[in-house]
Amino acid sequence: MASTFNPGMEEEMDSQSIGILIVDDEFSVRDSLYNWFKVEGYRVDTGANATEALKKLQESQWDIVLLDIKMPGMDGIELQKHIKKIDKTIAVIIITAYATVDTAVEAMKDGAFDYISKPIDPDKLSILIRNAINQRRLVAENIQLKQKVEELSLQDEIVGESPQIKKIQEMIEVVAQTDATVLIRGESGTGKELVAQAIHGKSNRRYFPIISINCGSLAEGILESELFGHEKGAFTGAQYKRKGKLEMANGGTIFFDEIGNIPPKMQMDLLRVIETKQFAPLGSNKIINVDFRVIAATNTDLEKEVAEKNFREDFYYRLNVFSIHIPPLRERPADIPQLAHYFLKKYAQSMNKKVTDISPEAMKILTEYDWPGNIRELRNSIERALVVVGKKSRIEKEDMNLPHLVRPTTLEADSLEDLERVHIQRILEKNSWNISKSAEILKIDRVTLYNKIKKFNLQK
Amino acid sequence: MSYIDIVPIGDIEEPLLLFLKQSLFQTFKIETKIRRQRFDLSSVYDPTRNQYHSSGLLLQLINDAPPEALKIIGVTELDLFIPIFTFLFGEAQLEGKGAIVSAHRLHNPFYGLPENKDLFKNRLSKESIHELGHTFGLIHCFNLRCVMNTSTYVEDIDQKSANFCRTCERKVFQWQEGKNI
Repeated sequence: MASTFNPGMEEEMDSQSIGILIVDDEFSVRDSLYNWFKVEGYRVDTGANATEALKKLQESQWDIVLLDIKMPGMDGIELQKHIKKIDKTIAVIIITAYATVDTAVEAMKDGAFDYISKPIDPDKLSILIRNAINQRRLVAENIQLKQKVEELSLQDEIVGESPQIKKIQEMIEVVAQTDATVLIRGESGTGKELVAQAIHGKSNRRYFPIISINCGSLAEGILESELFGHEKGAFTGAQYKRKGKLEMANGGTIFFDEIGNIPPKMQMDLLRVIETKQFAPLGSNKIINVDFRVIAATNTDLEKEVAEKNFREDFYYRLNVFSIHIPPLRERPADIPQLAHYFLKKYAQSMNKKVTDISPEAMKILTEYDWPGNIRELRNSIERALVVVGKKSRIEKEDMNLPHLVRPTTLEADSLEDLERVHIQRILEKNSWNISKSAEILKIDRVTLYNKIKKFNLQK
Repeated sequence: MSYIDIVPIGDIEEPLLLFLKQSLFQTFKIETKIRRQRFDLSSVYDPTRNQYHSSGLLLQLINDAPPEALKIIGVTELDLFIPIFTFLFGEAQLEGKGAIVSAHRLHNPFYGLPENKDLFKNRLSKESIHELGHTFGLIHCFNLRCVMNTSTYVEDIDQKSANFCRTCERKVFQWQEGKNI
């Protein structure tokens, strides 16, 4: 008899998409539950034993399995283990008689979502199914978010094949698995924050935030409030209670950029927080316990600052547990082509441009340049070149606009005339061949500049 | 001429049956009739549970149904069950002929509250429409006001209206059109 029952359950989700498999050796149980769920609009199927159930589990996707413990052949406990091997996220609800509650508890220890005793109270079944669906949804969301985090953590890669970069990548892998404090050193623009993000992204803390604070950009009072947070009325202008970055980093990583610029008093305060993992917000007596990993970065010579008593020695040693030095780009020119192509691909995609290559001439300029601004400058140059490239499919020499295109060491300009030619070419390229502007910079008139261009056979 | 057959199982007060007759007619726009029938209650009684097997009663109801009855609904004060569940408010054949509804747990005194006859009548009417709705092919509706919204607790019955939402109503009348009713 195809019968339907009420009471039923209230479910806000699209019940058609939820699949429920009922596994019980008693026909009446299968039939009753089948009809009960069918009328709710769920996708339902039944299995009379483990073999049938496993076949149906292989054939399609199920969200919830209602599983009888006592069945001939493989029992529910054993079957649950097989179900979890197929899909560990399936919510298994054990159906049991009162006499076998102990077994149901055992099943729950093996990962069952819950159990329900026969005869089933329809109210309880409704709630149980709703909770199981919610749990499935949370698990699915969790998996989705984790994938998103993985994707985000891979958004900016550490690119390069040079031995120096390979060494840094190895160090990141090693230190990410620990909770050690890391001090990243390198010139401005070398990618210190990227390394910090990579360490965080590969660590067990990756599902918690990485909070960055630039110690060099904030005045002492503001830095203190930013780090520790404050209560309402803690100081003039503190109209609201505010959570500090140390608290926001709880569970994750705090990244102190430009740590060398931190004022001496703050060095002492921070040292204490890093040691104890405790602090009180400004204007509060309440001690807050936090758990974070510290990564700091600097481009200043900390040893010199310690020697000159500008940086506390104890703070220096607390930070310098594991040090990573990022060499400037000029020391690893072999990485330039790969980095250039990486940024080309990234920005071409974001600007929706079909530029896929860099001409050999343009690449020669890139590899011969000093890059005082390091990777940041290279990135900006590629981004700018993509703006001016127009509809071409590759970046050409004339699309590049670097302030010091040619290094003196690479100049084939021994004579005064050669130097003049190179200098005029550089000024013209720097000013996008704007004759008036270039002439003004060269402090010659436009006619003279035209004559020089003709004389030296200069071309765009 | 098609009609909905209303069959009391055990003692049901006449005014209540007349109230149901009226409300089912208003909802389904199909003639309603009250018919008496004998049931073998002992065969569906479970002494350990002190309840009556709903599916067994529904089977008796359908087996003795007049062929000209389009739908048939049994109304009882008996406490109904099926083996897997502790109780049921009602049972119906999805897109079938028969349904059964129990008034046992629709009375306020069952929950320790003073009897409220109007509330009880409305609950019974809603549950009868709901179960008959299943026989017209309707499944539970997400619209909280629709009579086809599911009722886990008796309070849920009070929350919903005695009417179909537009979607469910359209389905019922499409079903009738399909059968030339």
